Amino acid sequence: MIELANVEKSFGTNHVIKGFSASIQKGEVVCIIGPSGSGKSTILRCINGLESYDSGTIAIEGLRVDRHDASIRQIRTQVAMVFQRFNLFPHRTALENVIEGPIYVKNEPRAEATQRGRALLARVGLADKETAYPGALSGGQQQRVAIARALAMAPKAILFDEPTSSLDPELVGDVLGAMRSLAEEGMTMIVVTHEMGFAREVADRVLFLDQGVIAEEGRAREVLTNPHNPRTQDILRRVLHPLCGVLAPERVSRTTAVGTLEGTTPP
Amino acid sequence: MQRFLDHTIEYLPILLTGLKLTILVTLGSLVVATLLGLVWALMRVSGIRALAAISRTAINLIRGIPIIVQLFYIYFVLPDFGITLTALQAAIIGLGIAYSAYQAENFRSGIEAIDHGQVEAAQSIGMGWVLMMRRVILPQAVRIVLPPYGNTMIMMLKDSSQASTITVAELALQGKLIASATFQNSTVFTLVALLYLTMSIPLIVFTGWLEKKFGRRA
Repeated sequence: MIELANVEKSFGTNHVIKGFSASIQKGEVVCIIGPSGSGKSTILRCINGLESYDSGTIAIEGLRVDRHDASIRQIRTQVAMVFQRFNLFPHRTALENVIEGPIYVKNEPRAEATQRGRALLARVGLADKETAYPGALSGGQQQRVAIARALAMAPKAILFDEPTSSLDPELVGDVLGAMRSLAEEGMTMIVVTHEMGFAREVADRVLFLDQGVIAEEGRAREVLTNPHNPRTQDILRRVLHPLCGVLAPERVSRTTAVGTLEGTTPP
Repeated sequence: MQRFLDHTIEYLPILLTGLKLTILVTLGSLVVATLLGLVWALMRVSGIRALAAISRTAINLIRGIPIIVQLFYIYFVLPDFGITLTALQAAIIGLGIAYSAYQAENFRSGIEAIDHGQVEAAQSIGMGWVLMMRRVILPQAVRIVLPPYGNTMIMMLKDSSQASTITVAELALQGKLIASATFQNSTVFTLVALLYLTMSIPLIVFTGWLEKKFGRRA
């Protein structure tokens, strides 16, 4: 459904994406993981045209993604995005945020959009917050409203750009839970994340991006429990036990993958 | 004190006719400045280079020429090109254009102060530029723009007195005429100052109320 072929992208002299190719099928959940600066968010934003790309092709159901073409608006109504910093409209209530797109972009009748919006808010567990403004909601609640807002557009796919990175740890679970249920219902999802547990349990495939190229990819469980690429091993180690290298360097060599870390206690 | 009151009763009616014109000039030029300022600002942020360049040039031209000179141009020079305006029309248009430059900068800074994430969120649900400005950016920018907008309103009230240079018999000019005829300078000009205050103080209070009202929502 979403095809990327040899995508290249530079910001000035910074060559961020160096030949990225991937093919995402309908109903697939693909996680993109990797260190900072590897280009994960950039490639995600190229898919819905928030960034332009220099060469290569990105196509959604055969339609080429071109940020400067009028067709991008139509594409964006079919590929929704959930942002790291939520980006809810602060001057609108939760329900108003959710129905903004359906009413003003898709010209749905207000009554119908409101009814669907309410159902979506209930689905993410926020039925009682429909009249709340974003400022009165916790980060986890705001992000769930953002997910409902994305769903309100009835998209074919949803792009998640580090959806839990701005959240306090105790709020992360609610959002991941909402995302998991979406995945189980068959939504096509591309998720840039550091949440390896989520990636291992929910994703079909994982792409490990390092310095602009896919260093490793494969079925989620395999890549995350038994990575081949030493860079992948290194990153997983650091992400899962960030204190490893500092406090107990001797433990580093024994913790090579997600699977083995289950049994160890953090240093 | 008694003399002051006597003079007040005598001069007030004339001064009030001037005040009426002051209000007319202020309101008229406020409307022109706001609408035109919004146009300039939207041209600047449109992302279309030609529009932004035209807008920037216009704003700099307007800011570079004194208001009085702009008024002289519109009232005394335009007739040579076939456009003859009454003094009042010239004053409203001239002050409106002059202040549109400042309004434009106010609006533009308000618009640009909105977090870019809002633009991306609007785009991500398929909003075009016009819809995004109307539903997402401008409503949020209004809150930021209000304090400088209120200040501009008060400045325009005071600068309406510049219309006197092209014969509009507004409050300041009326005061000057009475004073030169009667030599009652202190009485007359104190009255004029008080009358300006009776108009500007409500404006100041109104601006404060606007800030509170729009500041309450999250």
